[in-house]
Amino acid sequence: MRGLPQLLSRAKRVRVGFSASEPVLAIQAGILQPDKFTQTFVQLRGLQSSNVISQAPLAAVADTDSGKQLRQELETIVGPGNVSSGESVVLQHGQDEGPHQGKSPDIVVFPSSTEEVSEICKICTKHNIPIIPYGTGTGLEGGISAVDGGVCVNVSKNMNKILQIHQEDFSAVVQPGISREMLNQEVRADGLWFPVDPGADASVCGMCATGASGTNAVRYGTMKENCLNLEVVLADGRIIHTAGIGSRPKKSSAGYNLTSLFLGSEGTLGIITSATVCLHAIPESVAAAVVGFPTVQNAVDTVVMTLQCSVPMARMELLDEVQMKACNEYSGLSYPETPHLFLEFHGSESEVESQTETVRDIAADNEGGEFQWAVQQEDRTKLWTARHRAYYADIALRPGCRSLTTDVCVPVSALPDLVTATKADIAEHGLVGPMVGHVGDGNFHTMLLFDPADPEEFRKCKEVANKMARSAIALGGTCTGEHGVGQGKMVLLEEQFGKDGIDVMRQIKGALDPQQLMNPGKVFSRN
Amino acid sequence: MALKVLVGCKRVIDYAVKIRIKPDKLGVVTEGVKHSMNPFDEIAVEEAVRLKERKLAKEIIVVTCGPPQAAETIRTALAMGADRGIHVEIPLDQMDTFQPIHVSKVLAKLAEQEKVDIVMLGKLAIDDDSNQTAQMTASLLNWPQGVFASKIDKTDAGLEIIREVDGGLETIRTTLPAVLSADLRLNEPRYATLPNIMKAKKKKVVKMKPADLGVDMAPRIQVVSVEDPPVREAGQTVSDVDDLVAKLKDKGFSSA
Repeated sequence: MRGLPQLLSRAKRVRVGFSASEPVLAIQAGILQPDKFTQTFVQLRGLQSSNVISQAPLAAVADTDSGKQLRQELETIVGPGNVSSGESVVLQHGQDEGPHQGKSPDIVVFPSSTEEVSEICKICTKHNIPIIPYGTGTGLEGGISAVDGGVCVNVSKNMNKILQIHQEDFSAVVQPGISREMLNQEVRADGLWFPVDPGADASVCGMCATGASGTNAVRYGTMKENCLNLEVVLADGRIIHTAGIGSRPKKSSAGYNLTSLFLGSEGTLGIITSATVCLHAIPESVAAAVVGFPTVQNAVDTVVMTLQCSVPMARMELLDEVQMKACNEYSGLSYPETPHLFLEFHGSESEVESQTETVRDIAADNEGGEFQWAVQQEDRTKLWTARHRAYYADIALRPGCRSLTTDVCVPVSALPDLVTATKADIAEHGLVGPMVGHVGDGNFHTMLLFDPADPEEFRKCKEVANKMARSAIALGGTCTGEHGVGQGKMVLLEEQFGKDGIDVMRQIKGALDPQQLMNPGKVFSRN
Repeated sequence: MALKVLVGCKRVIDYAVKIRIKPDKLGVVTEGVKHSMNPFDEIAVEEAVRLKERKLAKEIIVVTCGPPQAAETIRTALAMGADRGIHVEIPLDQMDTFQPIHVSKVLAKLAEQEKVDIVMLGKLAIDDDSNQTAQMTASLLNWPQGVFASKIDKTDAGLEIIREVDGGLETIRTTLPAVLSADLRLNEPRYATLPNIMKAKKKKVVKMKPADLGVDMAPRIQVVSVEDPPVREAGQTVSDVDDLVAKLKDKGFSSA
């Protein structure tokens, strides 16, 4: 979903000024009496409230006496080389790969152990400073934006080991610096793989924080189904293990399901310092197929029938005709510009053959066009090129543009109606919005393209995105299938859960993070 | 007329590892460092396995010259589909002086002993970048060579090979037996699956020493020193375009 074009435009630091943050600070909640330390921070923070678009040099804060004292205390924990308030460092640590402009933290620290993370949290709690965990910075929802400034804890730079691989138990324990591709590189020699594959090469622990998912979820599950245990550091420095210390059984009835609580909590409840995740056997045989349909309805009907026939599909991706056009232009392909399904089958040779036959027939029954398929690794790669390069192809449609990527998920039966309504809405607003869907899960993304220099176009994109999310909620779905809430969907979350639902979340947050220091301004508002 | 294929593979430091020079500056640190099969050898093994799947080859023998740890490399090749293995054991402390000339002598001897039709190697190993073994093996055997192969096909008379050369692609025809070396675009190697890893444990691996093949290990090349590339110097900030142009002129990069 993201890659070089996003990274390049990030380097331009285009001012869009759409931060959705509220300049609310912990002391305003009346929980703590501010010490002199915190007061200075508050004053200086006040100078940088959200209606100032440009980023004033944040060295200003770090250079105050209280800033220097904080810095010294942090350096004592992690070493002088692992604390930075340099302009480019803080800038990088406040901006993810989404379209919203992020706010820089005041200081970035690079701990090397769970114990150091714990000490950092204790210091921040003592001085009432916000704490923002940082993995690979590849999120899309502004989850790392330091809306109230504070200390960004980069847990991926120095904590980058695979702690354990248990080949026979199909599990591995990793630190935040291990990305999903790094993990796969390590375990493939043992005939294993880690199947959760969001577009970016994200940190596995970061994927736990956002509840990430990918193209393989229809068969192998999302992060939630593939996480056995988390080591978490709470705001007050306590270190807990959500499924038990060193525990990694496949199932357990012991105590509250804390693993589920922290999965998807987007850094608002604690910092994940290691994750125990599930591995799967590399399939004996893999086949890929591509087939086009006259309408999205045809494609989705094919998907529904395939699932009802219990075909254990590994990947079912829908690309609409706008996306196919983009892919044709970008990769020099010549697919008909109609909705297409990109499919992958896993199993033994005979299983894959019979699965392919079944789906070929179902597709034909639903007006499917030519059914192309491949078995050899490089032929499969070629066949899937269109899907793999979809995001780059979209950005290439309008060079210089950025994308607001939406992420709704609905019951599969509701998909055709929602897709049709969304496409109509996109056209009505005069936008370009190619569509890619993990259609087996009922989850689809539209890449709403906008000119970063045109706030009106961005506003229209937001309008379409919000309308889509509200429709999804009304159809029994969710406003975010895999990207998380971050800042941009907080209002939608309230609509999805209702006041009482969100209040329960607030109570849990209040119990674990009474000073409201963990990643402020995300997921739901203070009250 | 199904062919017998001898595939060579080498255990090297994994391509993703950051290399460190030893304090004595005569080599690189290998202890405790992740090793894996040379990526070009993976491609060679994959091609041999595909020849077998296309029913053009009937047996694949994988051979490695390496320390005891190289047994894992053979197992990986067996898990990918090779039939049996030969492990020519070299003590770990003699690996630095066991050079392509020795390897090609070993391979030539084994090729004759096993009466193979094709010797398939990776085009080079990523640790020494020598790109010599395939060529020297062919010379010792007096067999034709198809090196930097990006496509291999069987013909009535022998093989047709498309090679990647600087100017583009070159198509050659050779008789059999022949020595081939795999280039990057020959194929994308498969990952070993658990069932195949389990089957590989039962496949035969024979151990031997270079002396058993009449190959002497005395080095022909002496490594004088191994050094890091020069450290990148700090850049200079320039105040404006005129300053930049002046500095470029000073350093001789611009005549205008």
